[in-house]
Amino acid sequence: MSRFIPVRETILAAAIAVLLILIASRFSGFVAPSNLVNVFNDTAPLIILALGQMVVILTRCIDLSVAANLALTGMAVAMINVAFPGLPIPFIIAIAICLGGAMGAINGLLVWKLPIPPIVVTLGTMTIFRGIIFLISDGKWVNAHEMSEGFTGFPRAAVLGLPILSWCAVLTVIIFAVMMSRTPLGRSIFAVGGNPHAAVYTGIDVGKTQFKAFVISGALAGLTGYLWVARYAVAYVDIAGGFELEVVAACVIGGISIAGGIGSVGGAVLGALFLGVVKNALPVVNISPFWQLAISGSAILIAVAFNAQSGRKKGRLILKDAEATR
Amino acid sequence: MTDIAAQRHIPDRLHSRAYRTVRSWESLLLAVAIAIFVVNSFASPYFLNAWNLSDATFNFTEKAMIAFAMALLIIAGEIDLSVASIIALASTAMGLATQYGAGTPELVIIGLSVGLLCGAFNGFFVTILGLPSIVVTIGTMSLFRGISFIILGDDAFRGYPASFSWFGQGYIYWVFTVEMLLFVIIAVIYGVLLHKTNFGRAVYAIGNNPTAALFSGIRVQRVKFILFLLTGLMSGVAAICLTSRLGSTRPSIATGMELEVVTMVVLGGVNILGGSGSIPGVVIAAFVMGLVTFGLGLLNVPGIVMSIFIGLLLIGVIALPRLWTMFASHGKS
Repeated sequence: MSRFIPVRETILAAAIAVLLILIASRFSGFVAPSNLVNVFNDTAPLIILALGQMVVILTRCIDLSVAANLALTGMAVAMINVAFPGLPIPFIIAIAICLGGAMGAINGLLVWKLPIPPIVVTLGTMTIFRGIIFLISDGKWVNAHEMSEGFTGFPRAAVLGLPILSWCAVLTVIIFAVMMSRTPLGRSIFAVGGNPHAAVYTGIDVGKTQFKAFVISGALAGLTGYLWVARYAVAYVDIAGGFELEVVAACVIGGISIAGGIGSVGGAVLGALFLGVVKNALPVVNISPFWQLAISGSAILIAVAFNAQSGRKKGRLILKDAEATR
Repeated sequence: MTDIAAQRHIPDRLHSRAYRTVRSWESLLLAVAIAIFVVNSFASPYFLNAWNLSDATFNFTEKAMIAFAMALLIIAGEIDLSVASIIALASTAMGLATQYGAGTPELVIIGLSVGLLCGAFNGFFVTILGLPSIVVTIGTMSLFRGISFIILGDDAFRGYPASFSWFGQGYIYWVFTVEMLLFVIIAVIYGVLLHKTNFGRAVYAIGNNPTAALFSGIRVQRVKFILFLLTGLMSGVAAICLTSRLGSTRPSIATGMELEVVTMVVLGGVNILGGSGSIPGVVIAAFVMGLVTFGLGLLNVPGIVMSIFIGLLLIGVIALPRLWTMFASHGKS
């Protein structure tokens, strides 16, 4: 039964629907198609990053450097754009993806070859990347008037009623849906997180798979870096500060287990959308935006408690009495 | 022979205590600290000034107070990323109390109780509901700071009582600050707790093998709960010091401090996966980080660039020994 109707995703989708109905009851304009497109467009960077983070978390790692990677790549492409305004946009995007991927590869190599725990590696690279932004930019901002028209216009250009930024998210979702379910890489990502020892015996290189996951996460962070800087038409040291936690939050709310091996593309997307709807709805229903942090924090706690209850394995009750009597 | 011992992680008892001390992580760190101190004293004429050095201690005293409790928690195989947000919440609560005319003793009680409450909140989710601490504390990190934002918005609390400034701005004797005294007292308390008591042994046991610890009669969940209470409490202490030193509260206070605390702990030789580490190591790591920050500050290096050094330090200290053993084993085979 649950093979055809994923329980967790359904509940989350229902929660988002209830949320939308509640908002609509007070402010019907929020659920107008044009506004929903805006909400989706606003959430697009979070969706892209959450998918990258999902792959990393599935392999029992965590990538806290995504926001710093995004900011560094964004600054780099913005400066490239200022120096060479004539460069075609596809070329800029390729640079962004490669730069981000290279930074992801640094994380991946440290996790794979040295084995250093991922949380330590990405904490370190997070601060290093942020520092490097300052070094290359000298602490200066790159503003809208310095960027070329094409550079800032590309993510905002509408195709079939959706901005290209949204299309990037849609495309990423489709690619990931295929990758996770139809390719050896997707399967091995689940296998590595589910049971690393068993994965080794089936001939999967655990470290290499984790390395690939970090490269994927980094490349997506790079892509988002360009989209982010172009959309907001500004680049400086602190862009997307604290965003890595929002990305992890989206994954946790989407039912991706931090212990690895459990999660789905749909879950990650819905988790990101949940946060996006909350963020966009707060000003509409006259709640101060200052509530957003507390709400996403509570959502993480509720989601992780709920997931633990539903995912608890039956068995090994040897110590239950001992546990209960303490 | 030594190869096999190294592979099986058999503690090497063939050498004398003195030899093991010299070869230990703490000694290496101490050498690094002394080296940084010497380099700094040549690099800047302002370095070897007692007052400057005393000011430099503020770079690490508050973080180190939390780092000691965090070290125990990480040794036990858990982590608390919400400490900086607990500071924000405790600081906000104290600021709120000042608006109603609370005196210094009440403020201290409020700061400590908010810290303890937040720690209990984390502990409840991790030990009673059995959830992974990294996710829980990422959640409470947003939640606690979120509550501060709800209370304060983009405002700030000021007007703390004059006697309250003693914690963050007072001096005990000549250049020795109140915070420095607290730092020493807390270091000794945690050193004794971890290295000289049954509780400390239990912390190591849990970090190495929670199941075995449970079977040997250690109340694993209770110990973990106490450890979360301690990180909360120490965040409360740090909140009192930091609020007193700054003289005002903003909801964005201490942003990013949790990462610096974790860096300090890991730099001190505590295994992030749990099971090993020591308080003296964390003490030296606190000094290393303080000296690096202070020395670079004197050379007019901006704070954000210092974070590159801290990040490199964090990865470097873990990577170098592993690279060393990799190359050493390559040479032998």
